Amino acid sequence: MTKYDAIIIGAGHNGLTNAAYLAKAGLNVLVVEKNEYIGGAAVTREMHDGWFYSSCSYVCSMMRQSIHRDLNLTKHGLVLVPYLGTVVFADNGDTMVSYNSEEAEYNQLRRRSPHDADAMFRFQADLARYAQLIRKTLLRTPPDPTSFRPRDIKELLWLAKEFWSLGEKELYEYIRFFTMSAADFLDDYFEDDLIKAAMASPGVIGTALGVYSPGSAYILLHHVMGDVDGNIGAWGLARGGMGAISHAIASALTEHGGEIRTNAGVDKITVKNGKAVGVVLDNGDELHADIVVSNMDAKRTFTQCMDKNDLPPGIYDKAKNFKIRGSSGKVNIALSGLPKFNNVPDNRYINRGGQGFVGSMETMERAYDCWKHGRWSEDPFIESVIPSAWDPTVAPPGQHWMSNFVQYCPPVLADGPWTPEKRDAFGQTVINKIERYSPGFKDLIVHMEVRTPHEIEAEVGLTEGNIFQGELTIDQLLFNRPFPGYAQYRMPIKNMYMCGSSTHPGGGVSSACGANAAREILIDLKRPNTVPEDDFYDE
Amino acid sequence: MTSSQVDIKDPFAGERLKESPFHPRQALLNLRDAWSSWNGYKFADYYYDEEYEYFCIRNSCATYDICPMQKYVITGPDAEAMLNRMVTRDISKLKENRVTYVCWCTDEGRMIDDGTIFKMGPDRFLLTCGSPSLAWLRKSTFGFDQLEISDVSDSLAALSFQGPTTCEVLKKMGLVGIEDLKPFCISYFSLGSDDNNRLMVSRTGFTGDLGYELWIEKAYALELWDKLYAAGEDYGIQPYGEAATNMARLEAGFIMPGMEFNEALKTVHYQYDQTPFELNLDWLVDFKKPHFNGRSALLEARDQGAEYTLVKLDIEGNKPAEESFLYSDKECSKEIGYVTSAMWSPVVKANIALAMVMTSALDGDIWAEIYYSKELRHHSKVAQCTFQTHPFWSPKRARATPPGLY
Amino acid sequence: MHEYDNIIIGGGHNGLICATYLARKGQSVLLLEASNTLGGLAASREFSPDFRVSVAHSLSHFSEAVSKELRLADHGYSPCGEILDTVGLSLDGQHVVVSGDQISGVNASDTDNYGSYLATLKRFAGALKPFWMKTMPRIGTTRLSEIITFGHLGAKLRLLGKKDMGEFMRVATLPSRDLMDENFDSDILKAVLSWDGLIGSKMAPRSPNASVLNMFYRMSGQHDGAHFLPSGGIKSLIDALHGAALAAGVEVKTGAEVNRVVIDSDDTGLFASGVELSSGEFIKSACVVSSADPKRTFLNLVGARNLEIDFVNRINRLRSDGYVGKLHLALDSLPKFHGVDNPASRMIIAPSLDAIEFAFDDAKYGEYSESPVMEIIVPSVKDISLAPEGKHVLSAHIMYLPHALKGGWTEAARENLYQKLIGILELYAPGISGQIIDGEVLTPADLETTYLNTGGHWHHTELSMDQMLMMRPTYEAAQYSTPINNLYLCGAGSHPGGGLMGGPGHNAAKEIIGTKKKA
Repeated sequence: MTKYDAIIIGAGHNGLTNAAYLAKAGLNVLVVEKNEYIGGAAVTREMHDGWFYSSCSYVCSMMRQSIHRDLNLTKHGLVLVPYLGTVVFADNGDTMVSYNSEEAEYNQLRRRSPHDADAMFRFQADLARYAQLIRKTLLRTPPDPTSFRPRDIKELLWLAKEFWSLGEKELYEYIRFFTMSAADFLDDYFEDDLIKAAMASPGVIGTALGVYSPGSAYILLHHVMGDVDGNIGAWGLARGGMGAISHAIASALTEHGGEIRTNAGVDKITVKNGKAVGVVLDNGDELHADIVVSNMDAKRTFTQCMDKNDLPPGIYDKAKNFKIRGSSGKVNIALSGLPKFNNVPDNRYINRGGQGFVGSMETMERAYDCWKHGRWSEDPFIESVIPSAWDPTVAPPGQHWMSNFVQYCPPVLADGPWTPEKRDAFGQTVINKIERYSPGFKDLIVHMEVRTPHEIEAEVGLTEGNIFQGELTIDQLLFNRPFPGYAQYRMPIKNMYMCGSSTHPGGGVSSACGANAAREILIDLKRPNTVPEDDFYDE
Repeated sequence: MTSSQVDIKDPFAGERLKESPFHPRQALLNLRDAWSSWNGYKFADYYYDEEYEYFCIRNSCATYDICPMQKYVITGPDAEAMLNRMVTRDISKLKENRVTYVCWCTDEGRMIDDGTIFKMGPDRFLLTCGSPSLAWLRKSTFGFDQLEISDVSDSLAALSFQGPTTCEVLKKMGLVGIEDLKPFCISYFSLGSDDNNRLMVSRTGFTGDLGYELWIEKAYALELWDKLYAAGEDYGIQPYGEAATNMARLEAGFIMPGMEFNEALKTVHYQYDQTPFELNLDWLVDFKKPHFNGRSALLEARDQGAEYTLVKLDIEGNKPAEESFLYSDKECSKEIGYVTSAMWSPVVKANIALAMVMTSALDGDIWAEIYYSKELRHHSKVAQCTFQTHPFWSPKRARATPPGLY
Repeated sequence: MHEYDNIIIGGGHNGLICATYLARKGQSVLLLEASNTLGGLAASREFSPDFRVSVAHSLSHFSEAVSKELRLADHGYSPCGEILDTVGLSLDGQHVVVSGDQISGVNASDTDNYGSYLATLKRFAGALKPFWMKTMPRIGTTRLSEIITFGHLGAKLRLLGKKDMGEFMRVATLPSRDLMDENFDSDILKAVLSWDGLIGSKMAPRSPNASVLNMFYRMSGQHDGAHFLPSGGIKSLIDALHGAALAAGVEVKTGAEVNRVVIDSDDTGLFASGVELSSGEFIKSACVVSSADPKRTFLNLVGARNLEIDFVNRINRLRSDGYVGKLHLALDSLPKFHGVDNPASRMIIAPSLDAIEFAFDDAKYGEYSESPVMEIIVPSVKDISLAPEGKHVLSAHIMYLPHALKGGWTEAARENLYQKLIGILELYAPGISGQIIDGEVLTPADLETTYLNTGGHWHHTELSMDQMLMMRPTYEAAQYSTPINNLYLCGAGSHPGGGLMGGPGHNAAKEIIGTKKKA
């Protein structure tokens, strides 16, 4: 029986990235995946004849370009295409288009509020400043502030220097920004509610916080700090759907000699004498390895796939208390034609873009209140995009695939567990809302697939269906992610590591978690590092 | 709050740039279709030939569309106090019907923008500047209750009219007494067709030459254009665009946002913006006036001395030192600064530039490393630079009243 | 004209403390209080003939150092008041009682966990304790004493041990709900223990921010955060502070509302030269110290035009809308809460964290809570001077009431709220409505009108991460000095913050004395 140098649990993009870097360094690696397909939440699946859904994750902004280049992902078939603007819809049917050209965008904002059109310049500069600093930390292992090891002290000093280089005033503004709500943050700049709502919406995507909740300003940044070819905040689509990213990384992995086994769910991580030695699969097969890397979320890893007795005291509770809250749903829709929206000009450059059904700041906050009460939002915030408008490979010609991401949707309802009927009712809520802005929309529907947190968890394995593998609140960021003392990818069991979004820098299709974890593993193995340290961030 | 919708009949209306009130006439003259944009307006780079247009400014007369410039009318008993707290110059001394050049800074004493303030009445001011400033104005207004700001950027049409023959043309147009208008003064005239079309003329400009700026409600913009062009026909009138403006202002030694300084509120990197001292604008900062924004930071900056200072350079040879680095030695071993704007000056026959030079290196030699290309092949050379204390172009007529014969 | 060394604006506890410290250094001090009574929110006020009460109705973290240094005991303040039991009321009478380190009414696991929970919190609170009574330096300071403060803070955290330090950094910003869910089962216990972290702020159990940090702050007192009433009530504290002030030579003037701080200028910039009273009188002073909240100080007394543009907008954006109201009842006899034996208890009506959360949700849209939550004490049990013999006063903090109610605080809205509150009380203290002689509801808007604290905010401005420590109220004014020379802050809007604590007054005085020494 083969013994591997490393087994990686979960063929999501971070697991594949981690494996690819280990294989590149010469390790004999195996990635085990419970589903019959790879990709985790970055998948493309044909769920209706001729329609290929990116059924979970649907846009890409954080993918580290240095990894893209380093793993030669373009050669392996990956093409990322930036996407044009988004239309946001207000409760009263009013719309606001984000135009591609800076001048058109300025005129558009000026028509709503000359003040806000001007304020936008300062807002963008401030966001860029915040984003730049965070971006520099993405491909670095967070320092342990409680440690006196030279490497941690050096890294802490680096971090301090980076912060200090903001200048004193901006430093305070930055600290403030980390803890405040998206609403308070935006109130400093803007007066127009729809502009605020449009800007605030990234602050609540995937998170169990409202726009009025302190901490949501940071999440806003987390969504806009990515870039496509240096354009900070730009979002892109992967040609062929999000699965193309996973497949490109997998292809790089196999080229370096790595192995992937699907239909191989892990039942338990085997621990002997305090060391991780392999995994037991659902079918009872035992696999052995010197190193076990979990790409599963922290809660699932420790509370489902490990024996409590194998864990040092306290770890089980830390994992149990790890905040990983399901708050989002997804509705994938096959359409027989391009939907038309009220108050959106028939302009080829914008009518195929994204749609943000934000309503207003209050509507978004009230949507969150429903979640708190254990109900799905009656008037949800929906972020939609029609990738088939750019990507000819995901739907038959002239027909379209629409991705609808929905806030908020609880993992468990106050009146009991999810049932197919409730799931369908949730789906109806979503398409009813879209129909309000696009009369006739429902008639275009050829097929739809509704996902509540329950379905996301069942398929992808994300606990509660949380898309970030854990809330991105300050108590779970940087050196607190996933738990204080374990933020450097090494887990409390020897030879065991984590490489998923539960680790720094968190959720998003960035490959950063997987790459950072690989770097730490290679350090422990005293092997030369194969992981790029820097991104192209000297803008 | 207004809807952000534009005319839905043209699906691309939202994408299109706004057109200035002078656009119908200017479009006809823009033979090269050389359009760029400014503050959301369609804006001419040049109309026919940038050098020709430049020579019209220096030789005859030419018009420059400044409608896209941002214009705010500030009225009320608190207007003067608010503006005086915002800008670094003491505008309480500004007399009615006078204009003054000002700059304003952040709390940290970094330049937000420069512009001009027109005192149109005891409690009535017009502030003009290159970039939208409403958000900062709103912030500056906090605590001053008795004033109103109206953004007249889109409703007040403005035309800069520059060159040696401008005074004659305006006289011919019927602006009686225009020759007595002193620099930085304002006068009012009637265009004559009805009572509302009051024309405001200020003797201001951005070319360093004799020139005026003409301000009128946008409904009368074409009437103004037609009368001006009729009168100017025999005096070589011609519209000019951004390219010629940039040449003229560089000869006059005027700074431009986005060239010589980075607007502080749009600056991402720490201290990549500038203080007025770095820009040689000490004369705009009046520490004797009542409290103004950034005062204590500016006081500190003045006492510390500026790390860089903006200077005018005369550079040997004829290759413009665009984007050049500056060194203290011919071997280019010690970098001491960088060029912000550079050109060959056709009237002065000099290779001129504005540059930021380390204050500590101002006494020594300055060498520029210049890149230029010859038939697609790139070359570089090192050229010696000489300081200039005065503007490269500053004719007497620009200051004389009456300006005298062209 | 007489010129003082210092004028203190506001005769709340922080103003009194600051004044006394300065006077004890031999400086001349004039303290000006707008109302006729000293004490600010802690002042006793007759709300119905012969019935008196103060807005602040118990003590939890009044500084021991201040109490000792100012010898408040000599002036009649007895800091060794009895700890009040905190009782989480349950409709079925199965109340949860927290009494110092003892709890009852919860299951065995909660009882167990409470011990370790409290021990951890005490360790964390202990590490922070020295810093509430110190100026928090500017980041990047070059003053040695300030660098030492940072070093001290780092050392304190590091000395918690690797594990605790990591945990500290995680929980400091944790929503209180998460901390509670991690430790306890009982809904009422969770609500009761979160209470002190939330009250006074625009924060609910699910709000990530500073509610846990606030708990550490409140635990800085002598009883680790437990509430108590000194014998003689809150009034004895204010009287003692007044006595200490007079003994130190402070000149106290009540009924003297400051209209503005008079600003002059010289080559170096603007400086405060005195104050102008609403009577028009000008009083000259070398130094002006304001215990008024930052918004009132800068926007009303100094004036925006004398300040920098971003600074003054930053002051204006301080979140300072209060969300706590008060209910005062004059009762003809002792109210009887079902199942509560000790009438000198602090009773909390909040059946669960959700109850607090949902009460908050109403307020964030500008409505008052459909089902308000509240904290009740009957102070007349301890302080018989508050009501005629045999009669009693009930004092309750009500959450959440917005400062600006949608549609305004009309008579109808108040009456509606009052009836709602009585209805809730009746559920827990059957028959209480029959005992009522008189009653009043004070909304945050009323607090603002009466006590001149902007927004009616308890802590002058929100005690949240972005407005704490060296960012309180904002970084340019966090070391008690302000952009205006000779003008200082000493109120709850400065570090460490609000509550009857005394830190701001104490720290400001130290800072002013230090500055004068240097000069």
